[in-house]
Amino acid sequence: MLTCKQFLQELNDYLDPSIDPETKRHLESHVAACPNCFVVVDTTKKTLQVYKGMEPQAVPEDLKNRLWAALERKIAAKKKVQA
Amino acid sequence: MSTTPVTFDESVLVTKAREGDTAAFSELVNRYQSKIYRLAKHITQNDEDAEDVLQEAFLKAYEHLGGFQGNSRFYTWIVRIAVNEALMKLRKRKGDRTVSLDEPVETGEETVKREIAVWEDNPEQHYSHEEMRAILDEAVQSLKPDFRTVFVLRDIEELSTEETAEALGISIPAVKSRLLRARLALREKLTRKFKRKGEDIFANL
Repeated sequence: MLTCKQFLQELNDYLDPSIDPETKRHLESHVAACPNCFVVVDTTKKTLQVYKGMEPQAVPEDLKNRLWAALERKIAAKKKVQA
Repeated sequence: MSTTPVTFDESVLVTKAREGDTAAFSELVNRYQSKIYRLAKHITQNDEDAEDVLQEAFLKAYEHLGGFQGNSRFYTWIVRIAVNEALMKLRKRKGDRTVSLDEPVETGEETVKREIAVWEDNPEQHYSHEEMRAILDEAVQSLKPDFRTVFVLRDIEELSTEETAEALGISIPAVKSRLLRARLALREKLTRKFKRKGEDIFANL
């Protein structure tokens, strides 16, 4: 059986949905027997969930306006060169 | 600038933008600006730098659109530009202490963390949206830049391992080991916040 340390080295693979079934079974046998690693797996999953659930904050309006202004200058300059 | 309907596929927008359709380019900016801004803030940890990065990234993208091959997603391409800009800012700000993403980062002992406790069922319900955001941002901020950057690209921006390696110019094993370290460190930090009360004696490792 894997040690906790060995299991944790493989944690990313374990959390990867595309893991091959045999590796998954091998890693699962450790989780099933080890309450600590079970908790680590569960809380790592939750960690990833809370980050994935976080919507990007809207870009502040004045920053958006500055970005547009800069782009418009760039576009105008490019057109001038092409003309 | 007018807006091209959002129904267009990214590659159609890129093609139109390359042909000189500025509305199509505007739509690409609209689509990705908040993600690029978030990425820039996470990497630079500084509002002013993040603003510069956002602007520089889109200006450079516009300038070099003709050189964009189209064999990767536009999003990955703009992310790569933004990451480079952000890392440059970070290096400047750190002065002599160069932030290197190429040097190997040791892994090992530290990966086994000891904070073992189950979480409250729905930590989100215990905090307001803003408090939750502050907790998550603070945890990311506490990571070293090497780990933070990989975590942000893989788990927040949802780039693949390969795309992350390409964007940062590091190897795939390096992405994997940094991601593992980052995930475990964040789990550890969030557990201190979100653990169910009275269960912190759970640890018996």
